[in-house]
Amino acid sequence: MRQTILFLLAAVFAGILLWNGATILDLPQQVTNVGAYKIIYFHVPAAFTAFTGFVTALVASILYLATGKLRYDAFAAGVTEVALAFATANLISGMIWARYAWGIWWTWDARLTSMLVCLLMYYGYVMLRQAITEPTQRARLSAFMSILGCINVAFVYQSIAWYRTQHPSPVLGFREGGGMGPGLETPMYWNWLAMLCLATILASVRMRQGEFATEIDSLRRQAHSH
Amino acid sequence: MYLRQIWTIAAKDLRSEMRTKEALNASVAFSMVILILFSFAFDQAEDLKGLLGGLLWLAYAFAGALVLNRSFARELQNDCLDALISSPAPPSAIFLGKALANFALLMAVELISLGVFAILYDVRLSGKLGLLSLVMLLATWGITVIGTTFSALTVNLTMRELMLPVLIYPFLIPVLMSAMILTTDLIAGVPIATNLVWLRVLVAFDIAFTAVTVLYIDVVLVG
Repeated sequence: MRQTILFLLAAVFAGILLWNGATILDLPQQVTNVGAYKIIYFHVPAAFTAFTGFVTALVASILYLATGKLRYDAFAAGVTEVALAFATANLISGMIWARYAWGIWWTWDARLTSMLVCLLMYYGYVMLRQAITEPTQRARLSAFMSILGCINVAFVYQSIAWYRTQHPSPVLGFREGGGMGPGLETPMYWNWLAMLCLATILASVRMRQGEFATEIDSLRRQAHSH
Repeated sequence: MYLRQIWTIAAKDLRSEMRTKEALNASVAFSMVILILFSFAFDQAEDLKGLLGGLLWLAYAFAGALVLNRSFARELQNDCLDALISSPAPPSAIFLGKALANFALLMAVELISLGVFAILYDVRLSGKLGLLSLVMLLATWGITVIGTTFSALTVNLTMRELMLPVLIYPFLIPVLMSAMILTTDLIAGVPIATNLVWLRVLVAFDIAFTAVTVLYIDVVLVG
C-alpha cells in the first residue's frame, strides 16, 4: 500500500516535470530585461515547498507534544530535513540568478537574510536531534525547539524586512502588486505541486529510516539489558 | 507563593555565583578581550561611530553565552537538577528564577563592559544613559529568555558548550539587530522617535518568547 502510493507520487512528479518542463522551455526567451529568468520556476516553488515543510513540521511537533506518539516525531524530523534541502535549493538557485541579474552572488537583503537565518535555525534543530540519543527526550526537546523556531521565523522575517530590501517585489498574482503576465504564472504552481510530490516521497523515506533507527536502538537496549 | 519560589531559586543561583564568581569573572574577562580585539579589526575604519552599537552587542552576546552555559550545567553536580525538579516549585518557577539570576548577572557584565567600552572607544554617554539602559534591559531580557531556555535544553548533551552558541545566535538575530541599531543611533544622538519600531520589536520578542517558554518549559524540564 505504502509502496504503491510512493510509486504513484513518483509517477505524478515525473509526469508534471516532463510536461511542465516542456512548457517552460517554450516560454518566450526574454519577457523581462533580466536574463536567466526561467530559474524562477524552480526558485519560487522550492521556497514554497520549504515553508510548507516547516509549517507541517510545526503541526507534527504540536501533535507529538499533545499525543506523545513517536510517529509524529519521526514525521516532523523527516519533513524538516527535506524542507531544509528545498530551502538550500531555493537559496542556491537565487544566488545563481543574482549573479546574472545583479552581478553579485549575495547581498544582505531581507529575504536572502531571513532565508539564511531560517536555514541556520533548522540546521540547529537537526544538530540538536543528532546530539540526543534517548528517543523520547529527543522528541520532546526537538518538538519544543520546532515551535520556538516557527515563532522566530515570523520575527526574523518581519524585522529584517523593515531593515532593508532589494529582492524583486512580489511576482505572483495573489499578492498585491504582483502578476507576471498571461500564461507565465501557471507553470510555477505546477512545479510547486511536483516538488510537493517529491518532498512527500523523500520525507516518507526519511521517516521510515527514522523509525527503523528507533527500532534498532530499542532492540540494542533490550540486548544490553539481558 | 509563586513569586517567592521564583525569588528563592534566583537568590540561590546568585548566591552560589557570588561565592565562586566563576561565570562572572570569565564573562567579564572575555568581553574585555573581545572589545580589545575589535580595536584591531577596525583599526583603519573611517567611520567607527556607525559600528559602535554592533561592537557592543556582539561583545555582550559572546560574553553572555558563557554565563548562560553555566546556568543549568551547575545543577548537574550531585544531581541537583533532579532535586530541583522534584521540589514543590513548578518548572516555570524554576525557569523564571534561573532566568532572573542570569538577567542580573548579564546586566552586571554589560554595565562593566559598557564603562570600559566608553573609555576605550571615546563614547560620551552622559544624557543618553536613560534610553540606553532601557534598550539594554529589554534586549538583555530577550537574550536571557532564549539563553536560559536553551541552557535547559542542552544541559544533558555532551557537546553542551558548543551547542548552546550555535543554537541561540540564530534565535537572537531579531533582538541583537534591534539592539544594535538602537544603540548605534543613541550613541550618535539620533532621536529615539525615528527608531520606535525597533523598540516595539524588542518588546514583542520579550513578551512572545517569555509567554511560550513559561507555558511549555515543563516539556523540557520534566517531560
